[in-house]
Amino acid sequence: MSQSYDRGLIEDFGRWREFSAGMWAWILHKFTGWVLIGYLFMHIAVLSTAIPAADGDPSTYTDTIQGLENVVVIRVLEIGLLATAVFHILNGVRLLMVDLGLGLESQDKSFYAALVVTAAITVASVPTFLGGGVV
Amino acid sequence: MAERYSSFEPHGTNWLLQRVTAALLVVLLSFHFFQLHFLNHAYEVTFAGTRARMEDPAYFATMVLFLVTAAFHGINGIFNALVNQGISGRRKRVAKYGLLLAGLVLVGQGIRVAMAMAGVTFA
Repeated sequence: MSQSYDRGLIEDFGRWREFSAGMWAWILHKFTGWVLIGYLFMHIAVLSTAIPAADGDPSTYTDTIQGLENVVVIRVLEIGLLATAVFHILNGVRLLMVDLGLGLESQDKSFYAALVVTAAITVASVPTFLGGGVV
Repeated sequence: MAERYSSFEPHGTNWLLQRVTAALLVVLLSFHFFQLHFLNHAYEVTFAGTRARMEDPAYFATMVLFLVTAAFHGINGIFNALVNQGISGRRKRVAKYGLLLAGLVLVGQGIRVAMAMAGVTFA
């Protein structure tokens, strides 16, 4: 019979100093999820410039996208977006395994692995995101 | 039996659909990122280039599938996070229908944008 832990409510964020690896994974998954859905709404809003573009003014779309891409802060935010998505994907796979009861005893190690792989992919993508136009 | 730490009802439809859409999104999001940041570069995007990609029916269908899948996964994820946070009764109903409406607006506008990009009109 497996052990049962009573860690108290994770929703009580004031207890953050007592949180374990799995609880941080849970919080980061929710946080990255909120960021990603928020971004999706913003992304569709920006891409909506394709509607006037299709009506005869293609520069509305092209200038908006290229104008945004010329802003360094936007490029840095794109790197953050990649990191957010990569962590959400990797931790999502980890969550599926937790849900299915696979490798539960290693769930803390898989969280650290997700963080390390996210960091590696993010660092490797920096030249691609910062190249061409701004740096 | 091990304790469950999932935010979802055990083996409910929402749980299953969240996993199915997650699996699809891994593929679709990776494709989208490679297509528009590594293969083509975002700073070189033009309306003509976007139209050329979106005129391909397979690419168009893939992007619409991406939109619907991402919207469902995000809206369903937020709803479950809020339920997990302890909302119930009227607040739960408001969240459910509010998010459903937001999701429908997102998908509706997204499809409108996709059609404009592809040059598809009803006229």
